[in-house]
Parts: sequence; structure tokens; C-alpha cells
Amino acid sequence: MAVLVINNNRCNLCGQCIMVCPFKAISRQNDKIEIDAGCKMCKICLKNCPEKAIGLIDERRTTVNKEEWRGILVFVEHLAGNIHPVTIELIGKARELADAVRHPVYCLFMGHGISQQAQKLLRYPVDRVFVYEDQELAYFRVDTYANIFEDCLRKVKPSIVLVGATSVGRSLAPRVAARFRTGLTADCTTLEIRANTDLVQIRPAFGGNIMAQIITPDARPQFATVRYKVMTPAQQLTIPRGSIENCSVSPDKLKSELILRQVVMKEELPGISEAEVLVAAGRGVREQKDLALLEELATLLGGQLAATRPLVEMGWVHYTRQIGLSGRTVKPKLIITCGVSGAVQFSAGMNASECIVAINQDRNAPILAQAHYGVVGDLYEVIPLLLEKIKGVRETNAL
Amino acid sequence: MFQLKIIVCIKQVPATSSVEIDPTTGVLKREGVESKMNPYDLYALETALRLKEKTEGSITTVTMGPPQAQSVIEESFILGADQGYLFSDRKFAGSDVLATAYTLSQGIGLLGEFDLIVCGKQTTDGDTAQVGPELAEFLGIPHVTWVREITEVTADKIVVKQDLGNSYAILELPYPSLLTVEKDIFQPRLPSYRRKLLTAGQQVKVFTFSDFIDHNEQKYGLNGSATQVERIFPPLTKQDQTCWEEPAPVVAEKIYELIKDRNFI
Ligand SMILES: Cc1cc2nc3c(=O)[nH]c(=O)nc-3n(C[C@H](O)[C@H](O)[C@H](O)COP(=O)(O)OP(=O)(O)OC[C@H]3O[C@@H](n4cnc5c(N)ncnc54)[C@H](O)[C@@H]3O)c2cc1C
Ligand SMILES: Cc1cc2nc3c(=O)[nH]c(=O)nc-3n(C[C@H](O)[C@H](O)[C@H](O)COP(=O)(O)OP(=O)(O)OC[C@H]3O[C@@H](n4cnc5c(N)ncnc54)[C@H](O)[C@@H]3O)c2cc1C
Repeated sequence: MAVLVINNNRCNLCGQCIMVCPFKAISRQNDKIEIDAGCKMCKICLKNCPEKAIGLIDERRTTVNKEEWRGILVFVEHLAGNIHPVTIELIGKARELADAVRHPVYCLFMGHGISQQAQKLLRYPVDRVFVYEDQELAYFRVDTYANIFEDCLRKVKPSIVLVGATSVGRSLAPRVAARFRTGLTADCTTLEIRANTDLVQIRPAFGGNIMAQIITPDARPQFATVRYKVMTPAQQLTIPRGSIENCSVSPDKLKSELILRQVVMKEELPGISEAEVLVAAGRGVREQKDLALLEELATLLGGQLAATRPLVEMGWVHYTRQIGLSGRTVKPKLIITCGVSGAVQFSAGMNASECIVAINQDRNAPILAQAHYGVVGDLYEVIPLLLEKIKGVRETNAL
Repeated sequence: MFQLKIIVCIKQVPATSSVEIDPTTGVLKREGVESKMNPYDLYALETALRLKEKTEGSITTVTMGPPQAQSVIEESFILGADQGYLFSDRKFAGSDVLATAYTLSQGIGLLGEFDLIVCGKQTTDGDTAQVGPELAEFLGIPHVTWVREITEVTADKIVVKQDLGNSYAILELPYPSLLTVEKDIFQPRLPSYRRKLLTAGQQVKVFTFSDFIDHNEQKYGLNGSATQVERIFPPLTKQDQTCWEEPAPVVAEKIYELIKDRNFI
């Protein structure tokens, strides 16, 4: 419930509010302005107060009964119905957390023409998928999406809400979390759950220089955005057990103040984010033409070339191939870094890789402490030998 | 000609990335650490300056922080802001995003009508990129994050290009509304010596808790924060680690065996 209040520190008793109130609900009592029960919340006084001494306040609930909030809800991100793969990772994590406290897993899916896609979600270990379909929801618009999100949360009352830490998720989640006056932990890389359903959230901050462990002990739902390619995707079920619930909302919730004029797809360069193998070039590479060496290695391994920021800045490598804080986050099965020092801004984008091999001639380079296999050596010696080896074996096999 | 009234949100951040934490409260120690303007906020300010030049508008900068934070507002005067406010009170200490955004909304509520709020993309310390959207929610205005380009500005709308990773969205917003801008939307200008002299001594106005309309202490600072930082620790380094220091032919062989074992070739 919202109420109007007067800040007596700012009020100079000018009486403007008393004059403008159409309901005669405002009066002066000694040296204070009082608003009485006649107030109809028209807010004319608020707009007319020259001292900005009148404000509107939402009364906040003080305590939360954690028992009332059950389940883990995953926001299903999509573009024109194509589900973003982070969603499946979130379902995987949600299932694991939910099992530990015996809670259900829910999905919230809003869009247009998505009923078939919603069925696909049932292949994963979810208990219920809440589907909101409307033309107005075809594309992401933050205000209408937040309204639907709110509607679903008020109905479902989940204990935890997980949203992908993507461009869409990081714009939407804070808006909804603020509406519920609850906490939101950004860009989490580890999630655990306590018996009392408190979510233990770990995230990098200070550009990856420190990790913070964060909880939301007194508010529900607990919101987290979760970094893409960090959690393991959910396994498909042999027998689906979840169900779909079609939901509707009043038309006013679908009215957006934003006009979406156009959605422009970026040109599809083969992305390093999807590659299973990456060869990452750093400043240890002396000339642009030497990149051919690393490109060849990447091709032989069925992977792609990636790079640190300095190489992108020099124009040697396209920016879509940059790994790191200001580039892409990658999680390949294998990454071989060549002449990369291992600055935190770089490592933040690749330290979840399954196998990291680092070649660096400086024994003290930080990358050697981050890698599973640290190779102290000159890339100009090691790489040609490695290429020879791989190609040599290929040829003998071909004979 | 229309005149845009623009508010820019600026945060003061530590100048270095080495940090210390108060062991009892779990709150970062900020005293004794040198500070600077959050670098991403320079782009927000530059965006506002371009819009001001185009529309003969005005710029008000605001920051929430300790008394020293007024230096980022003074810096904004040198760059071209017209007036600036510091929201500062002991009661605001220890704010998370929720409490920060609420405090900013209370302070901004006292500034009168405005058309546009511009925020940076994120900060270099807390690094959440959440304050802008939460502030917009508390003010009840629409927002667009990750703005790369402003394609049109008229008296009743602004059209922006939003970077959504794999796609761009071209969006039209009414006033008032809030944008968070990407780095490189515009090249920030350098402070001019002339303006430095000109703005020396310009007052940074201060609002404290008692100026605000909402006097519910449960909404500010540590009390008003829903999240709680339990601990802070350095990133882990890999435990099961192998280091190879042999001559090149030997390590080349070892790498070869490794990638063969794991079926990459
Ligand atoms: C806000 C911010 C964001 C950033 N974002 C990113 C980002 O997204 N991605 C990113 O990569 N960087 C980023 N950086 C930059 C980052 O801090 C480092 O400067 C950068 O990663 C270093 O790149 P490098 O390892 O290629 O170069 P260097 O640090 O110069 O390292 C070169 C390494 O090569 C080794 N070497 C030299 N010759 C050889 C040889 N013949 N054989 C083997 N080894 C050799 C050297 O020993 C050295 O360790 C960011 C910085 C900031 C401030
Ligand atoms: C290690 C660590 C981790 C944290 N993690 C979280 C978390 O996950 N969730 C959470 O709720 N809080 C978190 N916090 C607290 C959070 O950093 C603070 O609430 C901070 O005041 C605002 O968040 P931010 O720095 O992330 O700003 P961002 O949201 O990244 O800032 C975006 C923009 O908002 C504006 N802005 C931000 N702060 C101010 C200000 N004080 N004055 C004026 N404008 C401002 C600027 O324009 C800025 O560019 C964390 C703090 C630490 C130290």
C-alpha cells in the first residue's frame, strides 16, 4: 500500500497543498501539515508542492516467512522462440539445488507462438512450465516482460529465481527484483543451497580480482543472474514428468512504453563461444602473419583461433574473437594459450575451460599458475614441432 | 527548440583493484584508498554532454557516497555539467544495489522534473550493472540498457540502438526515461584547463537522509540491503596442476600425447 507523507524538514508551511487538494483532506495542525482519511491519493498535492516536501511511499513488509516461498523458477530466454542455451544450464543447476531441499523446478516462458518450444522444455527435469503467449511478448521489451514476470512470481511464490546473465537477463532481472524489494546477485559463477533455502551465491567482482560470497537472508524471492557457460546443462529425461500451464494477464500489463522499431541480427561470424577447442594468441606472437601457425593448429584440432585484447586492438584479430572481461566468455573442452600472460581480465573469460594448456616462456607468468598444464617454452619452437607431429601422424595414417 | 533536462549518475570507485574488507561487517573498507570517477561513467557524462549541445539542455550530476565523493561531481563540472548533488549520510553506508537505487531515487525525486537519466554500463568495483534498471523501476520510468548509439532525439522521444549480444534492438522511448550506455558510445572529452578555472569553487549541493521524503530507515544503507556479502576471497588457482619445463621437442611430444588421449585428434 502506498501512502503520501510530508517531510517536515522541507515543508515551509506555505499552504499550497491545502489549497489544491480537491477533497479538503489536508489541513494545518499547529506547525505541521496533516493529511487525513479523506485523501483519495490523487497526488495533486505532490505535484504542486513547491518545496518537494510531499512524497509517495510504499510500505515495506518487514519479515518474510521462508516457508511460504517454494520452488526454483528459471526464466526462459529466447529470441523469436529459439531458446537460449543458458536456459538449459539454469534448469540443470535449479534441479540440483531443488533436490537438496525437496523443492520443485519451474520455468517461466513468455513469447509469441512458443507452444511447441514449451513442449521441448518438458524433456528436461522441470516440474511445471508457465507459458504466457501474446503478440505483445514476441520480442523482449523490459517493461512488459517485467509485468509478466511479476504476475508469475506473485502466483508461484518461488524461493529462488534464476536468470541468465545475458544482455537481456541483466536488464530484466534488476527491474523485477526491485519491484519485489529483494536482493539480486549479479553474474554468479557458483550456486549452493542451505537447508533453510538460503542460496549461497558466488560471483567475481572488481573485474575478476576478487570473488564475493553473497546471501539474501531476509527477503524472498532470492534473485540471481548466472553466467552463461559456467553451469552444466541439464540432461534430457527419458520420460518427461512436467506439465505446461497456460497463463493469461490483463491487457494493461501488456502495454509497453517502448516502441521496438527493429531487431537487427549481428552478422553470424562463427563464434568462439561455441567452439570446443580454442587456440588463444597473446602478445607473445610477434607479427600478424605468425598467427597462421596458430590458426593451422586450431584447424587441425577442429577448433578456432581466439586472442587477447592487445591483438584485437592492433587490428590483427576480429573483436568477436577476443576472450575476457571486455570480450567473450568461453568454456571449451580444450584451450591452448600461446604467448598469453594471464591477466585477470583475460582469465575471467576462460577459467572455466575444461582443460587449459598454457605455453609461455616466462616461468613467472600468471597464466602458468592458472593452467592445468603449464608449458615453459618458446611458442615459436613448440608449436611448429607440435604441428609437425600432428601432420606427420595424419600422413602415416593416410598411407 | 526543445531543451532536455538530463541527470547523470556517477559513482566514485577505488583507483586500484586491490581491496580490503571489514572482517566483522563484510563491508568493503574504503578509507585510505585513493578514488576516482567510475571510468564507465565518463561515457554516460559524454552522452549527456552531446545531447545537451544538441538540444541546449542542462545537466545535473548526482552521486551517492561518502563526503569525499563530492570530488567526482566537481570533476563533472570541469567536463561540462551545470550543477551537481551529493547524497550523503552515515545511514547510507553499506548499501547494496537495492538500497543504492532507492537512495538515488529519493534524491532525484527532490530535483524536480527531468527528461532523461544516463548511467554508466557498470562500475569497476561492485560491477553488477544493476543500479540503472533498479533506479528506473523505483522512479516508475522505462529504461534501456547497453545503449550503443543514439539515433534520434526529438522533443517527445529518443531513439536508441541497444546491444543485445547477438542482435541489436532499435527502441523508441518517451520522456522521462533512463539509459545505461556502453563504453565507446562517444569518445569522452578531456577536462579543459579553462573550465577547471571557471568552475573552481562551484558548489556541490548535498542532500542527507533528513532531506528525503521517505524516513523509513529500514530502506537505506545496510538495513535496506537485501543482499549480504558473507565473505570475499581471491579467485582460486587450479589445484591439480602440471608444469612442463623440458626442451621444446619433449614438451611438444607431451602436448601431442595429451590431445590424443583426450580425443581431439
Ligand atoms: C577494464 C579492462 C578490461 C580488459 N579486458 C580484457 C579482455 O577482455 N581480454 C584480454 O585479453 N585483455 C583484457 N584486458 C587487458 C589485460 O589486462 C592484459 O593487458 C592483456 O590480457 C594482456 O594480453 P597478453 O597476455 O596478450 O599480453 P602480455 O601481457 O604482454 O603477455 C605476453 C606474454 O607472452 C609471453 N611471451 C612472449 N614471447 C613469447 C614466446 N616467444 N613464446 C611464449 N611466450 C612468449 C610473455 O612472457 C608474456 O607473458 C583488459 C584490461 C582492462 C583494464
Ligand atoms: C565484491 C562485491 C560484490 C557485490 N555484489 C553485489 C550483488 O551481487 N548484488 C548487489 O545488490 N550488490 C552487490 N554489491 C554492492 C554494490 O556494489 C553496491 O550496492 C554499489 O553501491 C552499487 O552497485 P555497483 O557498484 O555494482 O553499480 P553498477 O550497477 O555496476 O553501476 C551502474 C551505474 O549506476 C550508477 N551508479 C552506481 N552506483 C552509484 C552511486 N553510488 N551513485 C551514483 N550513481 C551510481 C552509475 O552510473 C554506474 O555506472 C557488491 C559489492 C561488493 C564489494
